[in-house]
Amino acid sequence: MEEELPAWSLAAEEVAPVTLPGTWPDGLTRDWAWGGSTGAGVRVCILDSGVERGHPLVGEVQSAVSIAVDDDGRTVVTEDEEGDLCGHGTACAGIVRSLAPDCEIHSVRVLGAGFSGSGDILLAGLRHAVAQGFEVINMSLSTTKAKFSGLLHELADIAYFNRSVLVASAHNLPVESYPWRFSSVISVGSHDASDALTFYANPEPPVEFFARGVDVDVAWLGGSTIKATGNSFATPALSGICALVLGNHRRLTPYQLKSVLSLIATNAGGRE
Amino acid sequence: MSEDRLRAAVATGVLGSEEQHRALLQSIVEVARAIFAAQASSILLLDEEEDELVFEAVAGAGSGSLVGTRIPSSTGIAGWVLVTRQPLVLDEVQKDPRFARDVAEKTGYVPEGLMAVPLLHDERALGVLQVLDRPEQSRFSLEEMELLGLFASQAAIALDLLAHARRARRVLEQESVDVGVVVRLAAAVDALEEGRREAGLRLLAELERIL
Repeated sequence: MEEELPAWSLAAEEVAPVTLPGTWPDGLTRDWAWGGSTGAGVRVCILDSGVERGHPLVGEVQSAVSIAVDDDGRTVVTEDEEGDLCGHGTACAGIVRSLAPDCEIHSVRVLGAGFSGSGDILLAGLRHAVAQGFEVINMSLSTTKAKFSGLLHELADIAYFNRSVLVASAHNLPVESYPWRFSSVISVGSHDASDALTFYANPEPPVEFFARGVDVDVAWLGGSTIKATGNSFATPALSGICALVLGNHRRLTPYQLKSVLSLIATNAGGRE
Repeated sequence: MSEDRLRAAVATGVLGSEEQHRALLQSIVEVARAIFAAQASSILLLDEEEDELVFEAVAGAGSGSLVGTRIPSSTGIAGWVLVTRQPLVLDEVQKDPRFARDVAEKTGYVPEGLMAVPLLHDERALGVLQVLDRPEQSRFSLEEMELLGLFASQAAIALDLLAHARRARRVLEQESVDVGVVVRLAAAVDALEEGRREAGLRLLAELERIL
């Protein structure tokens, strides 16, 4: 009797052809990647401080929830009436919207309940976002607590295999932090060029991409617009680009999407 | 009392007073203000028990009145920076009506621009360093961001020392009066002139052997 192969192996004669999503051209172009796309049909989650409804640069917010963790450690998800408690979430939503005008914006607020317990809330919020299956999850935040590293890793992997792409801000401080270091997420640092569609692939990871993050005009509280700098603003720029690509090629896995981004990065040719 | 805490307690006795630690924090914000040619700079420390951020040191505008002022630990710009561990540089913040109102109420000074960076040591977020109103015409550069990060790392080490010393002082004051004598002895021996100091150390070594 033929011995059954373990699950992690594959007999050469049993290899099935892999169907690529759409045609995978020899020379990948930006036009193929996002030409004509407005991000329509792509759901982008802003895991942050909330999003101000009705901001002219944000437009419609399709859903907004706030995350809490009760005394028994259970996640409590409620409709968010508070809006944005800092301004940062609104800035991220505005940046995504400026690149992908027809994408859906979903706010998952993980700030506001105090600093203590904020790590648990962050995890619970990410777990909620991954369970919703948002195509893009923008995470302009990180934790330095090693005890959360394993759980975040697990969640990042679940997202990766469920076709949710996690776009996370890299740290420019000399500390260990997560989840941006994980290979299952797309990590983003800042460049100082002014074009929002300019992004660079980094040949020296762990930071994988650099997007516009210096002196960016961003939406802020009270319908205002201010100037902002930081990796946390570069991250939604790349999330917006992801939404554009996914608008044209919905079934790309995070792995394939990352490959597309690498091939059309400004420093990789970035052909129109 | 664990050996670690005892060591920390003794170190406190030898290392310095609350006043000296305050001077250290003050020097950090003065330097931050100087290297960025800013109008003001402040350090907010996380008070873990109250779950609030407290202004511990202020240079420039607000230096007379802000110290001791408390703000929420997870809302507003400083709260965001603390929770997310991400630095922010914002200009034209006075356009945000809520920020302008809240800050004016607390401090009487509404900046146009601010940089805020988390003070991180090992796994812990200790607080936030803010630098307010850099020169108007200067565009923020990636080099400045790098500098801010480096400076914040140094400040975080100082803050960690301070937090450690404060914890040790609390231990001495509240938990174990009897070990206070050890600290006083250490400080007294440390203050002796060279010859007497050696004799003092020999005496302590004998005491240790007998015990």
